Amino acid sequence: MGSSGFQLFEFLVSFGYCFARIERRKIDLMKSLVCISKVPDTTTKVTFTDNNTKFNEENVQYIVNPYDEWYSLVRALELKEAKGEGTVTVVNVGPADNEQTIRKALAIGADDAVRIDAQPTDGYYTAAQIAAHAKDKGYDLVWAGSESIDYNGFEVGGMLAELLGLPYVQNATSIDYDGSSATLVRNIEGGQETLSVHSPFVLSTQKGMAEARIPNMRGIMQAKKKPLEVISPVEAENLTEITKFEHPPEKGEVKMIDPENVEELVDLLQNEAKVL
Amino acid sequence: MAVIVYPDTVEKEIKKASKEAVYYASKVAGQLGTETIALALGTLEEDKLSTLAKYGADQVATVHDERLDHFDSCAHTKAVAEIVEQYSARVIVIPYTNNGQGLAPRLSARLKAGLVPGAVDFPRTDGDFVVKKGVFSGKGFAYYKINTDRKIIGMLPNSIGPQENPKAGAVEQLNVTLEDSDFTVQVKDVQKSTEGVPLSEADLVVSGGRGLKGPENWGVIEDLAETIGAATACSRPVADSEWRPHHEHVGQTGQTIRPSLYIAIGISGAIQHLAGINKSKVIVAINKDPEAPILKEADYGIVADAFEVVPKLTEALKEKVAAS
Ligand SMILES: Cc1cc2nc3c(=O)[nH]c(=O)nc-3n(C[C@H](O)[C@H](O)[C@H](O)COP(=O)(O)OP(=O)(O)OC[C@H]3O[C@@H](n4cnc5c(N)ncnc54)[C@H](O)[C@@H]3O)c2cc1C
Ligand SMILES: Nc1ncnc2c1ncn2[C@@H]1O[C@H](COP(=O)(O)O)[C@@H](O)[C@H]1O
Repeated sequence: MGSSGFQLFEFLVSFGYCFARIERRKIDLMKSLVCISKVPDTTTKVTFTDNNTKFNEENVQYIVNPYDEWYSLVRALELKEAKGEGTVTVVNVGPADNEQTIRKALAIGADDAVRIDAQPTDGYYTAAQIAAHAKDKGYDLVWAGSESIDYNGFEVGGMLAELLGLPYVQNATSIDYDGSSATLVRNIEGGQETLSVHSPFVLSTQKGMAEARIPNMRGIMQAKKKPLEVISPVEAENLTEITKFEHPPEKGEVKMIDPENVEELVDLLQNEAKVL
Repeated sequence: MAVIVYPDTVEKEIKKASKEAVYYASKVAGQLGTETIALALGTLEEDKLSTLAKYGADQVATVHDERLDHFDSCAHTKAVAEIVEQYSARVIVIPYTNNGQGLAPRLSARLKAGLVPGAVDFPRTDGDFVVKKGVFSGKGFAYYKINTDRKIIGMLPNSIGPQENPKAGAVEQLNVTLEDSDFTVQVKDVQKSTEGVPLSEADLVVSGGRGLKGPENWGVIEDLAETIGAATACSRPVADSEWRPHHEHVGQTGQTIRPSLYIAIGISGAIQHLAGINKSKVIVAINKDPEAPILKEADYGIVADAFEVVPKLTEALKEKVAAS
């Protein structure tokens, strides 16, 4: 090898070394992306308009999906606080009037927010928007809620994981993370499974993850100044569409039973309802 | 053209939800005039494979690979996708269990095949392909139209009920290319719930709320449940106060269940609680407050002190059980 060749080699080694250090530092600085959806408050009376083809938004109060707020966001913040460094970014796919809801997540403690300016018309379409934003940002942990309480899809997290080519742990009830590898507990039918996975990965969260946090005055004031970036959507397909809504069938009148005559209830359950 | 059904073979068992999905798939295949292929990943025993035939599989395809015995969304998605291509399957039915919720969305994104996440009825297949699904946590239903040629139905457990539909179910071994790198999670431990009937599968459920005052009073709930072979459940504050384990909590932020019978004792019936139970076939409410909202949702109600009336009910049921 001539001397210039050697220099090049040396240069590459030092470059590689640098690169490795940058890589390592990037791992130390834990980056979380928390997907938040905006949903009607849990006490909303659900009605439909336009010949039952649209959800009636009139007088509806909106909140951050409880799964996203109570479980994902709070746990992501706890991990960041335990580590003493890192960032938590929230992302929402939705129109401008979602910003009030997004600010709530900033008030709870997220560092910054991204709003992708599009109607989340379908799970795949929504996941494709988030994936386009997340793909080159180096997030270590990407958090979704197990489900949104409006469309109850249990789908966006998994679709996002596939689009990003990352592992996916669905319906997790706890997570510990050491900066490169995580231990999670997730629900399975009739039990629970404990597993480990290397970051980056996508998880969806359920009850057990964390306790709710109520934003304080300081958080609310700070939230107003935190960055909220608005980005344009990418082209993506809607794989499904909703053609019609329906109300659940009306419940009949409740049949009251005399507490002195519980045998009547047993009889009704056996012979009228036929469930025993 | 075939319909492929993926039974969730968690811990190498074929649970109720999987039997139901196989039956469902066989009905869809009937509607479309094609056959049902049940795809069993991992090292299932012979008798488990024949269960799939009993519920409607014309053919059982297996991939006998130990690494597939634990669910891994990456590996399982890759394996299912490959087999879907091999059979040119048009419809893929996946029970929307915990594992199903890891597989179906991934597969949807990978194949660009529209997913109905939580179907509660058979699809309409004349003209558009449309499937009914619950939305707004029990406060409505929506009809999802799938726009793509290939369709994935994530079937909500307990919405149809499994029925036998015996078919030949010849077993065929398949090979798929899986590298070690396709396995992304390492399972450390599996804890099975110790109680008899898991809540998600239970046909009868007895549930207690804050009206029971404290964990020491749960005997009345357990006695009643045991008498009729029911699973036990609770409201959220009960789990939050650690009177009962978290996996018993039903409602909007807990489990959604749809048993034949749900007996709510000392539960007020907040809307978030109802979201998890309002699909039960029959609801019985026992509450000392005649104005409790649960009574509006119930089919049968008793206004009384739970501590007095529940033991009486248990006794009456014991007599019936003994008589039958
Ligand atoms: C976003 C959100 C999500 C939530 N998610 C859920 C959820 O998933 N599941 C859930 O359950 N809750 C949930 N909640 C909480 C919910 O709003 C209610 O607070 C909760 O369901 C009340 O529980 P409870 O009925 O046990 O208690 P209470 O509301 O306190 O009711 C106790 C009942 O017991 C009756 N009672 C008292 N003593 C007796 C007696 N001796 N005999 C008979 N009856 C008696 C009382 O009349 C009363 O009706 C959620 C709340 C929010 C805001
Ligand atoms: N419009 C959206 N913007 C950002 N995240 C979303 C959106 N819709 C759904 N999600 C995320 O996906 C999770 C599951 O939603 P779903 O699959 O619709 O039940 C939610 O808890 C959110 O974390």
